[in-house]
Amino acid sequence: MAGFFSQLKAGLTKTRQNFVQRVEELLTGRRKIDEELYEELEEVLIGADVGFKTSIELVNHLRQEVKARKISESDQLTGILTEKILEILGEEKPLFFSASGPSIFLVVGVNGVGKTTTIGKLAGRLKKDGKRIILAAGDTFRAAAIDQLEIWGERAGVEVIKQKEGADPAAVAYDAIHAAKSRNVDVVIMDTAGRLHNKVNLMEELRKVKRVIQREIPGAPHEVLLVLDATTGQNALQQAKMFKDVADVTGIILTKLDGTAKGGVVLGIQGEIKIPVKWIGIGEGVDDLRPFVPRDFAAALFDRPEEGIT
Amino acid sequence: MFQGLAEKLQETFKKLKGKGKLTEADVNEAMREVRMALLEADVNFRVVKSFVAKVKERAVGQEVLESLSPGQHVVKIVHEEIIDLMGSVASKIQIASKPPTVILLVGLQGAGKTTHAAKLAVMLTKQGKRPLLAACDVYRPAAIKQLQVLGEQTKTPVFSVAERSPVEIAQASLAHANAQGLDVVILDTAGRLHINEELMDELRKIKAGVNPHEILLVVDAMTGQDAVNAAKAFHEQLGIDGVILTKLDGDTRGGAALSIKAVTQCPIKFAGVGEKLDALEAFHPDRIASRILGMGDVLTLIEKAQEAFDNKKAQEMERKLRKQEFTLDDFLEQMQQIKKMGSLSSILEMLPGVGKSLKDIKIDEKDTGYIEAIIRSMTPEERRKPAMIKDSRKKRISRGSGTSIQEVGRLLKQFEQFQKMMKQFAGSGGMGMLGKGKKGNKGKRPNLRFPFA
Repeated sequence: MAGFFSQLKAGLTKTRQNFVQRVEELLTGRRKIDEELYEELEEVLIGADVGFKTSIELVNHLRQEVKARKISESDQLTGILTEKILEILGEEKPLFFSASGPSIFLVVGVNGVGKTTTIGKLAGRLKKDGKRIILAAGDTFRAAAIDQLEIWGERAGVEVIKQKEGADPAAVAYDAIHAAKSRNVDVVIMDTAGRLHNKVNLMEELRKVKRVIQREIPGAPHEVLLVLDATTGQNALQQAKMFKDVADVTGIILTKLDGTAKGGVVLGIQGEIKIPVKWIGIGEGVDDLRPFVPRDFAAALFDRPEEGIT
Repeated sequence: MFQGLAEKLQETFKKLKGKGKLTEADVNEAMREVRMALLEADVNFRVVKSFVAKVKERAVGQEVLESLSPGQHVVKIVHEEIIDLMGSVASKIQIASKPPTVILLVGLQGAGKTTHAAKLAVMLTKQGKRPLLAACDVYRPAAIKQLQVLGEQTKTPVFSVAERSPVEIAQASLAHANAQGLDVVILDTAGRLHINEELMDELRKIKAGVNPHEILLVVDAMTGQDAVNAAKAFHEQLGIDGVILTKLDGDTRGGAALSIKAVTQCPIKFAGVGEKLDALEAFHPDRIASRILGMGDVLTLIEKAQEAFDNKKAQEMERKLRKQEFTLDDFLEQMQQIKKMGSLSSILEMLPGVGKSLKDIKIDEKDTGYIEAIIRSMTPEERRKPAMIKDSRKKRISRGSGTSIQEVGRLLKQFEQFQKMMKQFAGSGGMGMLGKGKKGNKGKRPNLRFPFA
């Protein structure tokens, strides 16, 4: 899967010219393994939004390994860290499809993370794989969210089930499921309004949507996908906890990885809450949604810019 | 959810009780906690580094205030330094001497530019301006439609032209505003990555084309370590004038605010605090400081209270609030104390059981001067029994305080509401010093502006 990483690198080429690839330099074996080096590694992890706690744990693990394995060359350090990170991230986990009848995917998240865009891209991708798809315009709150999904529907060549702005999203879910059943559709991808996870009423609304889906198709939704913005910091942990609580999130789609943010917070999420990342978003084009490849992700964590703030 | 820094430091300093001076060793230990708190709050690690160094320098060798524990003292210093770093409140839009005033909104995807364009329009309309929303996001599907819908909802005219470049639309919108007699143009632009040279260049061209009076960077309050990269790039390439921090109604600690201020030196002017289109507030540095440190708790109330007035008075205040013996006189006294302590909003947030319930209350601090003048123009009896103030007394008070009768009336009305609200809290047990917060009554929030704005 060189695809994503090389594309990511290509996307960053221009910026990279200004960046010192500090870690690579730092870890070419020329450096002594000392406290300063550990501290710098800790900063690299924290700077990638891995979070204080997880970063400290990772570096402490590294210290132990260095001792146990009697390592003296610093070029082995990222390797050890990567191993540990891959252990946390676990295997690649593909989307789960229902064996019979339509698979229902519910897409949730806070405002502005890219839910609608991601759905457009996911629809395009699944359609390419030969699936019959409909989209459900469950964001009945935000101005023009339905129009936005319809444009993506046109682009991907899939039908959009919708009601009026302000309609009950649970009713949209109901409509979409019935349309899917009668038209022999493989996958329903349902959009929902962005909601901050601490808004009780909105989270209850989501619970209701899920309940309606469950009632119509036992075992559904087959995937509840939490869309996370890679630029988000430690608050993403709270988001994951609350959405899991309310909607039993089954996977994460990490968007906006084409910027300079690393999305390291998913390490903490996987470690603490055990929600795997399934897809990543790396641009606004219909093809810019890719399966999550843990090894590429881990490599990108250590590939960091020099911001030069003092 | 989060353990506040105050609590953590309390633990750290347990063994230090009674020590008079902060030694370097004490401070080092405290700074570890401070560093962690700031990092967990998403303050950029480089900003944390220099910040911690600064605080350490200030803290070592300081006499611990008599009424504070060493932990509280360190928190006090950290809190003050954050507020200091955030700078003074600058929640104003530069209004051009010759209209239209042009405001350019820029930022990453999903930060909330379109929504906040509409929120700004609502705010400016309230201030007597006639804003125009200009739809310069020609890329995101339905972005223009979104702005049009928001324009309808807020009764703000929206300017858009099909098949033109964002630069052309921006320029045409100015001419349109002039022709229609609209005095502010708010330009909504497409979200873009700070490393996308083509799109950053487009912004530079828009800037050159319309000479905006304000370039505001719209930033998601939940942003992590990368906030500095984006803010720095936008600032370097465009020269931003201020920041709108959005989604602050979430439970993020909001450390990005500190990072952005540190790297751009630009003030955070406004904060988005809700889904509704009037949910835009002036930004309060002291609130974000408490938030970053996780201090919305009783401990902090006590700590701050001790700073400005003694324990007994604090208890007396709490008792009076609970028993509804709180008079306008007490209120005036509180105001004096509060002036010493920081903002009204922060003290309200710290009242046990009140903080969370009052989240939606807007506080306009500049009005405190009027309130003081009005109360000072009352007789002692009037202050105790505001119900006795009828028309002729109102007239006298308004003359004495240089305010209008309406303002006097409003203060009285709102004080009455405030007392009612306190009754509610007392009734639900929320005011208990050791209460576990208000139970039941969920979603029922007093819709009151305090203090009497």
